[in-house]
Amino acid sequence: MSVQPQENRPILEADQLGMQFRGTTILREISFQLQRGETLAVIGESGCGKTVLLKSLIRLLTPTDGHVIFDGRDLSTLSPRELALERTRFGFVFQQAALFDSMTVGDNVCFPLKQHTRKSAAEMREIAYRLLNEVGLPETVYHKKPAELSGGMRKRVGFARALAMEPEIMLYDEPTTGLDPIMSDVINELILGVKHKRHVSGIIVTHDMKSAKKVADRIIMLYPVTRLQEGESQMIYEGPADEIDYSPDRRVPQFINGEAGERLMEMLKQQQPAYPNREISGY
Amino acid sequence: MVPKQRIFSKRPSFLQRKWSGLRSKMSELVEYTGDLTLFFGQTVYWLVHRGYQRDTLVVSCNNIGVLSLPVVMLTGVFIGMVLAVQSYTQFRFVGLETRLGAMINMSLVRELGPVLAATMLAGRIGSSVAAELGTMRVTEQIDALESMGTNAIHYLVVPRFLACMFLIPALTVMADFMGVLGGAFYGILLLHIDWHHYWHYSQQFVGIFDVFMGIFKSVFFGMVIAVISCYQGFHCDAGAEGVGKAATKSFVISFVLILFMDLLLGIVLESIYSMFWTPPNFF
Repeated sequence: MSVQPQENRPILEADQLGMQFRGTTILREISFQLQRGETLAVIGESGCGKTVLLKSLIRLLTPTDGHVIFDGRDLSTLSPRELALERTRFGFVFQQAALFDSMTVGDNVCFPLKQHTRKSAAEMREIAYRLLNEVGLPETVYHKKPAELSGGMRKRVGFARALAMEPEIMLYDEPTTGLDPIMSDVINELILGVKHKRHVSGIIVTHDMKSAKKVADRIIMLYPVTRLQEGESQMIYEGPADEIDYSPDRRVPQFINGEAGERLMEMLKQQQPAYPNREISGY
Repeated sequence: MVPKQRIFSKRPSFLQRKWSGLRSKMSELVEYTGDLTLFFGQTVYWLVHRGYQRDTLVVSCNNIGVLSLPVVMLTGVFIGMVLAVQSYTQFRFVGLETRLGAMINMSLVRELGPVLAATMLAGRIGSSVAAELGTMRVTEQIDALESMGTNAIHYLVVPRFLACMFLIPALTVMADFMGVLGGAFYGILLLHIDWHHYWHYSQQFVGIFDVFMGIFKSVFFGMVIAVISCYQGFHCDAGAEGVGKAATKSFVISFVLILFMDLLLGIVLESIYSMFWTPPNFF
């Protein structure tokens, strides 16, 4: 196997990734590549395995099949210590921010720096203030506890913490879920800002078509394995995000324009409907 | 016309169902024991290879040791006094009330001090640790730790394990001391036993090995409490109900294992004692 030059090879590659929990298949043969500087959106209905896929990529959940290759290294072959080091090259924004309740906002943002660098307290504080400023939070939140913040502010602190180690890939787990439209836009702008200013790659798991179209270059649509026939692929669509036609009056299966949309429609017609007792146009 | 055949389903008999249930429970128990052993092994691995972080150890020592001190002291005093109340009538009946101190102090340092202190601490510390780590698991804080390249067992379990292993014996010494004082207070001041004989017989019958035996056992009790509570927290089911169940299971399993370890260590230590020393004749 020829080794591709570093600048040409994808930064992350999922190869036939599969996951089973207690005999139930959640992910089946997921394969994709993420290029440097690219943002990929993973969409699909609840329970189709989007978050499981995201967590499998950094082995927070261990895939039962397949491999994840990050920057040319298969993560399954690494020792716990090497894996921990590789994880510092990722930034993960969790759905509910997952801030440490017992620490202040400042300590949360400084946490990865304390664990992995030898920076002084003053240097870490300065970085934390800069990151909080970058995500649009005032310096006054530094000494507050996460419980004192609103949902949107917590998400932004989660962003700041994920950026602390200057990651090469950002993983976003439903970053706009539970937020009002204005705050969702703020978060989308942050994702775009991170992409353009820091030139990092990203994978965003979302239900929100508008967000997916706005922030992603490419999208993948997953379908629940439980409703697939034997031999069918779980990734029912993979293509450019430009083809998404997001408008509130359009039904979910009709959201992609052109030939790709028609192909997707054909595929969806062959699947069992998600809600068999409801008539949904397009099925 | 072909006569309709009656098909009798082969329902398992009552005994078969019970046997099948028992077999499944036994398999769960074996699986649980295996998981717990692996968890303990990982804790020891991280402790040996990476040591501990001073700041997290200090916090754990404060929560586990310092904050438990008042309730342990109170428990000790009451055990001593209750022993005096319960035994005095029987001892006076056979004219041995002056030996009351020996009986109280021997029971305290060998058995009741360590076991009751550990039981009380399993309730206070074990449930609290299981609930805290369980909440962290449910709110993805443990995943957040791992995603930042920090090993969750090293960061969360090792300091709690060390604090329990070293401070539960220290708390047991305190419980023993307060129990001795409580027993003496009730016996000498309220039951008017001659103080000289009370302490004389105590000194004669309670040896250094008895004190060592209690403290030695409490080291294992501390390890049991730490490992069980952390394990239950790490493997907590989703939601508030999951956290509640983890806290309850942590206490119940710790309690059963404390009694089991007490029996096991009692047998071993008694054998060692009888190899080197002759037990004192109480009468």
